[in-house]
Amino acid sequence: MVELALPRHSQVKEGKTFPAPAGAKTVKTFKIYRWDPETGENPRVDSYDIDLDACGPMVLDALIKIKNEIDPSLTFRRSCREGICGSCSMNIDGGNTLACIKPIEECAGDVPVYPLPHMDVIKDLVPDLTKIWAQYESVEPWLQAETTAPSRERLQSPEEREKLDGLWECILCFCCSTSCPSYWWNGDRFLGPAILLQAYRWIADSRDERTGERLDNLEDPFRLYRCHTIMNCTRTCPKGLNPAKAIGEIKKLMVERR
Amino acid sequence: MSTAKKSAPMRSALGRVRHLGSAKEGVQHWWAQRLTALALVPLTLWFVASIAWLAGADHAGFTGWVARPHNALLMILLLGAGFHHAQLGLQVVIEDYVHGEGAKLAALIVVKFAALLLALAGIFAVLKIAFGA
Repeated sequence: MVELALPRHSQVKEGKTFPAPAGAKTVKTFKIYRWDPETGENPRVDSYDIDLDACGPMVLDALIKIKNEIDPSLTFRRSCREGICGSCSMNIDGGNTLACIKPIEECAGDVPVYPLPHMDVIKDLVPDLTKIWAQYESVEPWLQAETTAPSRERLQSPEEREKLDGLWECILCFCCSTSCPSYWWNGDRFLGPAILLQAYRWIADSRDERTGERLDNLEDPFRLYRCHTIMNCTRTCPKGLNPAKAIGEIKKLMVERR
Repeated sequence: MSTAKKSAPMRSALGRVRHLGSAKEGVQHWWAQRLTALALVPLTLWFVASIAWLAGADHAGFTGWVARPHNALLMILLLGAGFHHAQLGLQVVIEDYVHGEGAKLAALIVVKFAALLLALAGIFAVLKIAFGA
């Protein structure tokens, strides 16, 4: 649903300020969204002044430094710290990306850090991904074939395998879906770019035998056709993938099979 | 009147996502929107160029232009494609932004009826001029 103003209990207040230690030469201010459901208070933005000479190069390094040395209550997801697990996706300096591969020096001025947009927040920078994981499950993201399984792997020509490039690399960080206005307004019914790219990953797989059923499942004014080629998904993808193109390919197949 | 508090829905996330299933439609709408867009490129260019060329003409000049068979035909195509394209586009806007089922249905009916009425009124006017009644 279109929401032009935040509900009163969601309005963000100014929070605490944590100054840099005395003697710090290169100081960067991180303005981080904080919300704790247990306090009943509104969200706030806390300011942390970080000495960059004593901090790693990525935004995630700064978040970990804050949690370890300044404010252990700061809550965020992270795991691999090298852009492959998709846990630390968040909105940094106005764009969705992975904190672990976003260099601090790319951010001019203060660094605003918010959770992924338009998702329910569990705490601080941790969004509730329950719905989007259910949407992922709804496209049945696994190989489905009725031909009796061979005694070895199901074969695929190099050309057929090439069609999966640009699709298999998706790490399901959901930067794209949560940057999409159509997903903000209609995320309860529109599957969004991440899930549609994943759906296409199986549609494009020569070994899968349920392409038609997969297209049936997507042919819907909301599930697929809420995509209006806004392209925020492609612009924001931290892995450099092109979900908009994958959605375009699905739409082309819909026309082809009429 | 009951004052009982409404309990939280307990349907699973997957159940909510699958909901009523896919509508198995949308491709016709998408394709029609593109076809009408394609048709409107030359039709609009022709229309704008014609109006610019007729600038300053009197009423008889304009009606005489419309009455010529090829102009009348292109004008009818422009009206049909234009209003069809407009109502397809407005339908998308309404579905994007209007979320109450009742309000959405009402808005869609108004847009579709209005588009049909305006297109037919325009086509009727062209025919009336063309056949000189």
